[in-house]
Amino acid sequence: MENYLELLKQDIRFVEGLKACMNCGICTAICPAAEFYDYDPRKLVDTVQKGDNEEIEKLLRSETIWYCGECMSCKTRCPRGNTPALVVMALRTLSQKLGFFTDSEKGRQQFAIKRTVGENIFKYGYCVATYAVRPDMHLEQGPIWKYILENTYDVYERLGGQINELGAGPLRKIPDDAKEELKKIFEVTGGTELFETIETHSRKKAAEMGLQFDEEGIDNEYFIEAYTASNKKHTF
Amino acid sequence: MVWRDYQKEIADDHFFYVRSCIRQSFFPGSEQFFLHLMREVLGKDVYENPSHTTCTGIGYHSDVVPFSTIQTVVARHYALMKEAGYKNIAISCVTSFGIYTEILETWKHFPEELEKTREYLYKATGREFDVPENVVHTSDLVYKFRDQIASAAKFRLVNKLTGEPLRVVEHIGCHYAKIFPKYGIGGAEFPHVLSGMIESWGGEVVDYPERRHCCGFGFRQYLVQANRGYSLSNTVKKFTSMKPYKPDLVLTNCPGCTMFMDKWQYTIREMDGSTFGADGESIPVLTYEELAALVMGYNPWDIGLQIHMVQSEPLLRKMGIEFDPRDKYLTKDGRQMPIPKDLINS
Repeated sequence: MENYLELLKQDIRFVEGLKACMNCGICTAICPAAEFYDYDPRKLVDTVQKGDNEEIEKLLRSETIWYCGECMSCKTRCPRGNTPALVVMALRTLSQKLGFFTDSEKGRQQFAIKRTVGENIFKYGYCVATYAVRPDMHLEQGPIWKYILENTYDVYERLGGQINELGAGPLRKIPDDAKEELKKIFEVTGGTELFETIETHSRKKAAEMGLQFDEEGIDNEYFIEAYTASNKKHTF
Repeated sequence: MVWRDYQKEIADDHFFYVRSCIRQSFFPGSEQFFLHLMREVLGKDVYENPSHTTCTGIGYHSDVVPFSTIQTVVARHYALMKEAGYKNIAISCVTSFGIYTEILETWKHFPEELEKTREYLYKATGREFDVPENVVHTSDLVYKFRDQIASAAKFRLVNKLTGEPLRVVEHIGCHYAKIFPKYGIGGAEFPHVLSGMIESWGGEVVDYPERRHCCGFGFRQYLVQANRGYSLSNTVKKFTSMKPYKPDLVLTNCPGCTMFMDKWQYTIREMDGSTFGADGESIPVLTYEELAALVMGYNPWDIGLQIHMVQSEPLLRKMGIEFDPRDKYLTKDGRQMPIPKDLINS
């Protein structure tokens, strides 16, 4: 078994995020996730701080590390200057590197995020773009969103948009050479490797679960499972 | 007044401008009005290089983009800035702003990360960069010039019928100052960036219990459909807390917050019929550029108020702004577009 605490210490966000926690619980008091999920950042930080390798592995394989919304409110409040959210971010990165993330329902969602936001970065040069927000996946956007997508060019033109065209302006087309630079940055810095790691472990998990898995796109059973499944055991 | 420790240096001129994925998608008129205000009204130099991309912040905060990667993407923007001869950066997005400040602080405390990023960027693109001298969010700039906007105002945040100041809820995006309070005007507890605008333009700032609570975005908690109960529940908590104060509008400085606080009001009303404004209405949620433009007398339909889910007509009437309903859904060259149905407050 690897020493997970030592692996976490290789992530500077972990080094910055956890000095010595005195278990006061202010992070939990302020935490929007703790309000609605069965989640307690104080306990999470204390588990990591104690350094029990088996307990840390349980965390890495758990639903718990995926409840934080990374609002970073805990950063402001901690009297010791810790940031539980940074500890969570280091745990999530390690959970993905080790392939533990597919053990939990919330962890498996990383595949859905990679196939949407992650791939938007290469396709469009944006994490989010109007034409990538499908109304059927975002009912909360209401009738105005459907309207905008049905009248995209006219709506954006009036508001100064440059939709899908080269040149400065909102939603301009990102030049191919800029997107190519983004791809090279991902290759050099480990971004592409993380994408591939998510794909590899998700493909394996889909086979274990007997779900259809396609090499591209979002119209496959495993994506739908990752994007929509809820076992209803995440709240109090 | 802003505490001395939380005063912030905001450069006066010459900015390299970077856009927001969410703002340019949902509030394109706001970004364009910001540029108009800075360039045409205030005579400032603001440069946009069309080759800048996402900062990858939404991917980073949903944990599919490594820290080394986002540091290098941001470094590429700094390289574009250096190549164009700029030293000040104006950032449209609050998530990006948090990212830029986190990276600057990382480079101060872990200089080896800065060196590693220089190597990564050079290897990937052949580019080199300098660390910027001044990092501001675009709301910092509207704050800085708020009194000039007030002096050019055609309308004030005053209810024309009663003569009373409008009650304005200000909502600051979490990543504006909660991560590094020193980068925000007024810090994290008493941010003045939006309340300063409201006071300068004649309104009354609403103080309420959950004023500093997150809007509920939560990155992966919204991006994945199964998690949206988190996002919605936090929004309900905020709106329930502000409701007794009968706000006339909500003013935000973060792209996601503006979108969520607008769209979730629709969702909540659809789910159980709840509304949070006075007299059963929903509360218009505006960006600071939209509000500045209204105060200065610009046509509300040229800045994009018609593409919110909660429409702003009740607010326009209170402010005494005359508007032409026939102009609302015309194209730039005057053709009639379809009229969207089932919007709120329209």
